[in-house]
Amino acid sequence: MKEVVLEIKDVYKSFGDNHVLNGFNLKLHKGENLVIMGKSGSGKSVMVKCLVGLMAVDSGSIKIHDFDIVSLGRKELDVLRTEIGFLFQGSALYDSMTVRENLEFPLRRNKDKIKTGQSTDELVLEALENVGLANTIDLMPSELSGGMQRRVALARALILKPKIILYDEPTTGLDPITSKEIIELMRRIQVTYNTSSLIITHDVDCARVISNRMILLIDGINYIEGTFEELSNSEDPKVKAFFKN
Amino acid sequence: MSTSNTIVVKTKRFFEEVGDMTYFAIRFLKEVFTAPFEWKELIRQCYQMGNRSFLLVSVTGFILGLVFTLQSRPTLLEFGAASWMPSMVSISIVREIGPVIIALICAGRIGSGIGAELGSMKVTEQIDAMEVSGTNPFKYLVVTRILATTLMLPLLIIMGDAIALLGSAIVENLKGEVSYLLYFNKVFDALKFSDVIPATVKSFFFGFAIGLVGCYKGYNCSKGTVGVGEASNAAVVYTSMLLFVIDFIAVFLTDIFYEV
Repeated sequence: MKEVVLEIKDVYKSFGDNHVLNGFNLKLHKGENLVIMGKSGSGKSVMVKCLVGLMAVDSGSIKIHDFDIVSLGRKELDVLRTEIGFLFQGSALYDSMTVRENLEFPLRRNKDKIKTGQSTDELVLEALENVGLANTIDLMPSELSGGMQRRVALARALILKPKIILYDEPTTGLDPITSKEIIELMRRIQVTYNTSSLIITHDVDCARVISNRMILLIDGINYIEGTFEELSNSEDPKVKAFFKN
Repeated sequence: MSTSNTIVVKTKRFFEEVGDMTYFAIRFLKEVFTAPFEWKELIRQCYQMGNRSFLLVSVTGFILGLVFTLQSRPTLLEFGAASWMPSMVSISIVREIGPVIIALICAGRIGSGIGAELGSMKVTEQIDAMEVSGTNPFKYLVVTRILATTLMLPLLIIMGDAIALLGSAIVENLKGEVSYLLYFNKVFDALKFSDVIPATVKSFFFGFAIGLVGCYKGYNCSKGTVGVGEASNAAVVYTSMLLFVIDFIAVFLTDIFYEV
């Protein structure tokens, strides 16, 4: 049995009368690529934001490396967050900073976490080389294409060498070719860094290529779990609706 | 919805907003004294706010002094009191007009800029990205900006006042043939610590208000790009109102402390 690095147990989250998560559960194992699929507005992004403490849950527990983030204080949470890389849906690069400064930013207070003895410049360059964009180091985010921005954001998410990476819609808004490049990059990163990944997507191609296991999030619960093949061959009409194309 | 219901809802919303802003200010006061301190970002913000407002404040101050003197001169001449011009202009500008006008200009220039910048960062998840990278965005973005406005506004006001007096001196020199030396001698004779100190103290509060409201509106921005515009606009409107309230309190307290 593989080690569980992240566990969500009976998580509830509402916004007024809108019940987004209704007792959601999941376990992410070491080295696994777990894909969460669901319709737009089904609470996937809310769930992933709850995971890193950007949103507070109404009830339930979220354990990352055995630390329950619901009960952690600000300092402990910040330390735990350095173990997690987060790729945002819109890249979320700091637009007043260059690519270099974007990548240096997470290192400002957490460089001692990296035991390799590399300098900041070396770490930045290594992360950019891993995503094939070392030549953009002094450019501003506005000078990059959407795909390049996503790759720089991925480099930033990787700079602290996290053990878990959360991808929030990694291919949304990208053309099919760039999407394939990003998916390939995600696979390569998983091998290079030996990370566990939680991927939020509604891109079936992305799920097919990258997932070891999948969860369908419907009505705020994990409606069904299994491999891509199991889910894509399911006779359940709600599940079929995701794979009909 | 009836008129009375609308009034109740709007009043409730107003007090909720005041409560939230008070909580935001308390959080600032807690975070400003706890390490780690973002010195580099604070200096960058001071430079940005001071340097980028320099020209606007200079031009405003110069025209303020110029126009004020030109408008007052005929009335003073009528009463044979033209020699009182430097005293009148200096006391008016240093005590009241300079700080209030320059603070209002800075509310438009700096406050709206902070509201729009933080609002845009909020809706594009840049603030969330800072948070998950283990950096406290409140400390990095909010504390540094409020501190920078609090420190820079008094400097901008002092500089604006000085340039306004220069504008006034030019008019007096050209129209009344008063030498610059005589003009400024009269200015410094007229000004007392009781004029300068309260005005400087209140300018710190003006700066704090500009930073606080701009940051509050931007940091709590929602509703996408529309929200960014609203945050920027609300930052200016709320700050302008707050500046007059602070000014009233400052004048009231000054009157008590310096009562003859």
